[in-house]
Amino acid sequence: MPVGITSYGAYIPIYRLSTQTLTQVWGGFAAPGEKAVANWDEDSLTMAVEAIIDCLNGMDRELVDGLYFATTTPAYREKQSASIMAKVVDLHRDIVTMDIANSLRGGSIAMKAALDAINAGSAKNFLVAAADCRVPAPDSTFEQLFGDGAAALLLGDADIAVEIEGSHTIFSDFIDTWRREEDRYIQAWEDRFIIEEGYLAHLVEAISGLFKKYNVTPKDFAKAVFYAYDSRRHAEIARRLGFDLKTQVQDPLLSAIGHTGTASALMMLVAALEEAKPGDRILFANYGDGADTFILRVTDQIEKVRDRRGIKRHLASKMMAPNYGKYLHFRNLMEWLPVRQPPKYAALTVSWRDRDWILSCRGYKCKHCGNIIFPPQRVCSYCQAKDDFEEVKLSDKKGTLFTYSLDNLGVTVDPPSVYAIVDLEGGGRFATILTDRDPEKITPDMRVELTFRNFHEGQNIHNYFWKCRPIRA
Amino acid sequence: MAESMKDKVAIVGMGCSKFGERWDAGHADLVIEAAYEAYEDAGVEPKDIDAAWYGTIGNLGISGIITSSPMTGAGLAAPLKLQYKPVTHVENACGTGEDALRNAAFSLAAKAYDLVLVVGVEKLKDAGFGGLGELGLYCNPVYMGGITAPGYYALAATRYFRKYGIAPQDGKRMLAMVSVKSHHNGARNPKAHLRREVTVEQVMNAPIISWPLGLFDCCGVTDGAAAAILCRAEDAKHYRDDYMLIKGLGLSIGPGQGSIRTDYDYTFWDETYYASREAYAQAGINNPRKELDLVENHDCFSISELIACESLGICERGHAREDIESGAWTQEGEIPINLSGGLKSFGHPIGASGCRESYEIYKQFQGKAEDSSRQLKNPRMGMVHNQGGGPGMFMCAVCVYGLPQ
Repeated sequence: MPVGITSYGAYIPIYRLSTQTLTQVWGGFAAPGEKAVANWDEDSLTMAVEAIIDCLNGMDRELVDGLYFATTTPAYREKQSASIMAKVVDLHRDIVTMDIANSLRGGSIAMKAALDAINAGSAKNFLVAAADCRVPAPDSTFEQLFGDGAAALLLGDADIAVEIEGSHTIFSDFIDTWRREEDRYIQAWEDRFIIEEGYLAHLVEAISGLFKKYNVTPKDFAKAVFYAYDSRRHAEIARRLGFDLKTQVQDPLLSAIGHTGTASALMMLVAALEEAKPGDRILFANYGDGADTFILRVTDQIEKVRDRRGIKRHLASKMMAPNYGKYLHFRNLMEWLPVRQPPKYAALTVSWRDRDWILSCRGYKCKHCGNIIFPPQRVCSYCQAKDDFEEVKLSDKKGTLFTYSLDNLGVTVDPPSVYAIVDLEGGGRFATILTDRDPEKITPDMRVELTFRNFHEGQNIHNYFWKCRPIRA
Repeated sequence: MAESMKDKVAIVGMGCSKFGERWDAGHADLVIEAAYEAYEDAGVEPKDIDAAWYGTIGNLGISGIITSSPMTGAGLAAPLKLQYKPVTHVENACGTGEDALRNAAFSLAAKAYDLVLVVGVEKLKDAGFGGLGELGLYCNPVYMGGITAPGYYALAATRYFRKYGIAPQDGKRMLAMVSVKSHHNGARNPKAHLRREVTVEQVMNAPIISWPLGLFDCCGVTDGAAAAILCRAEDAKHYRDDYMLIKGLGLSIGPGQGSIRTDYDYTFWDETYYASREAYAQAGINNPRKELDLVENHDCFSISELIACESLGICERGHAREDIESGAWTQEGEIPINLSGGLKSFGHPIGASGCRESYEIYKQFQGKAEDSSRQLKNPRMGMVHNQGGGPGMFMCAVCVYGLPQ
């Protein structure tokens, strides 16, 4: 029975930091380019939610049987991210959720595990998401290289857009980069060692093993998508394996979004699928603690999962981080003056009771008067009927900015806080904060969409909820 | 059957502390300053007081507003050494002061007591930061979380501009004219917090607190207290001839649906409408613009004065701009609004403001406005408008005062 990818999605945060901004601060040299940086209210969890929503566009999320989430930068060290994400995208309750942490190869490990579940018959449709928001040490090579992003794949055994024809995996105890519990920044051994003995050797070994196992050669592939350590060594892999860099090899996106850690190879795969034609055969290989390799074949079904923001549209929609100071605030990289105002209010009891609207973004539709109420109320705001509502999902609604204010008084990482009153298409009013915005370009009546973000860290909890943002192209 | 509150209760003594950043004074000092002035004004002794109402927002848990006022009635009993008298703590956000007066008036109308004390007080400037903290109106970690008072009112200003087709800079100019008037009045009022005249240009160019509201669009964050001594109308002459009568009382609490209902448009205060119409009905007022001689309006922000005046029926909806531009609301104008300087310039110690607004009407009625240049000629009917919360989730207390016939 064939199994494969039935849908795909990706997410790139709107902010980009140019390498020039970094050299202005630190001096030295950097190749021209930019990297995607998560806004201060984003993390691996919120970015993965975005990629999943992109992936599930037009799909029936009731059919999803499981969610594996791969990251090296989970929102909590103890507390699963995937279970929160499943609630946010409103998957049904009796599914398996799992975080796959600690390996940059986690995305393809998650793919393997999900495919095994489908092949074993315990699931029919499985979501795999990968995201990372790795914080490089300031003034390091990694600072020029690392970017933030997410990708998601839906795997299944029906309506397959990309069939998995074969796979081959190796594990390795090789250590190239690492981060201990008590380390803030990622460390690395001498690059000549980790590239030659690690990246190049392992990836070539695994891909060669795949070629041998299935008796294929580079000529059998329209496109090769493989993990990049950096641009130069990515090209070296192509040379060693015999792929034509210009025509056959997927660009690693490093100069546009940077190296997005666990998400990197999956984002490259999404970029390749956006261009792929039915019949194309694609090599997909991921590296980290060993390597996973896959032979993929694109089917006619690919044309039915085109309406995605994916990589291409997210790339085109961007704002430059104006300076390095802004980035320091986004990643909380300095010791700031203590805030004199009282701490932000947070209570897990309230967040739990209200999870159906705080996380799942469900509003009420009054069965008496038909009006949509958000957040849900026991007594209808319009007709005062009591406890007589049906739930409606609001997170995919677009809306219009009814009014707003640009507040510099409240405590926020990136003032001004833009308080926004949004009227949703199809009814309902949503009071929230406008993010990913240029304060100079906000106007009444501007069109917005909802986006899942971290509001604040009160009580040392990530207090997530839905914000709005100008619609991304 | 319920009866109108008209002419049932009189105010026979009032006091008001100096408003300002009172680094020299704590909660107790402010209470004592206001209460002892009121005792002396009424010619009564502390032991004559049967019961007291204590208006302060005191120590809210979820709100970021820090006030160093005690929670229980001991906030009055302890500094004033009231000896085991009943003291009720009233808390209704920024409309606390007027609501405390209102409840005290009911106790007299019910003949539960003969002479009662009301003190509204707030000691805000022990907080350690400028402005008020973030509001906690929705008691939720994320929903409307972190919104500040100016952030809330700015939603109304933005929409007001949009609705009436006012370009942002013209809107800023319109708002600036409100603050220029307030500062002009406050500069001549000895007990006011901010006693400096400002120009339209200064207001427009001030740092933005919450666009479109700048620093001079926002009221002072102020320490202060105001006190009143009340009795039934028939007893008032025992204390003085120039007492002030309550002509009508209104209170309205909105169901908090401005952020929920799409038909709420942020440019009209429904709570103000309902509270004022209740008060007008009791007082027999049909045309507030013609029948009222002065109005103290809850101008916590410049936009509030404009929209409140429209909601009170002092002008038509969307016409406040004409009034502020024509000078209709100045001391010499058709109906003086916030002759005291208002919350804007006199200051806004939250729980005190309703009482303090009443103090202005009281002094004007008696011809005793501090600084004679501020005195109106024979005012006979005045109104206090005191509100709390924010657009879409207000409380509003309105009181119409008049002189005895």
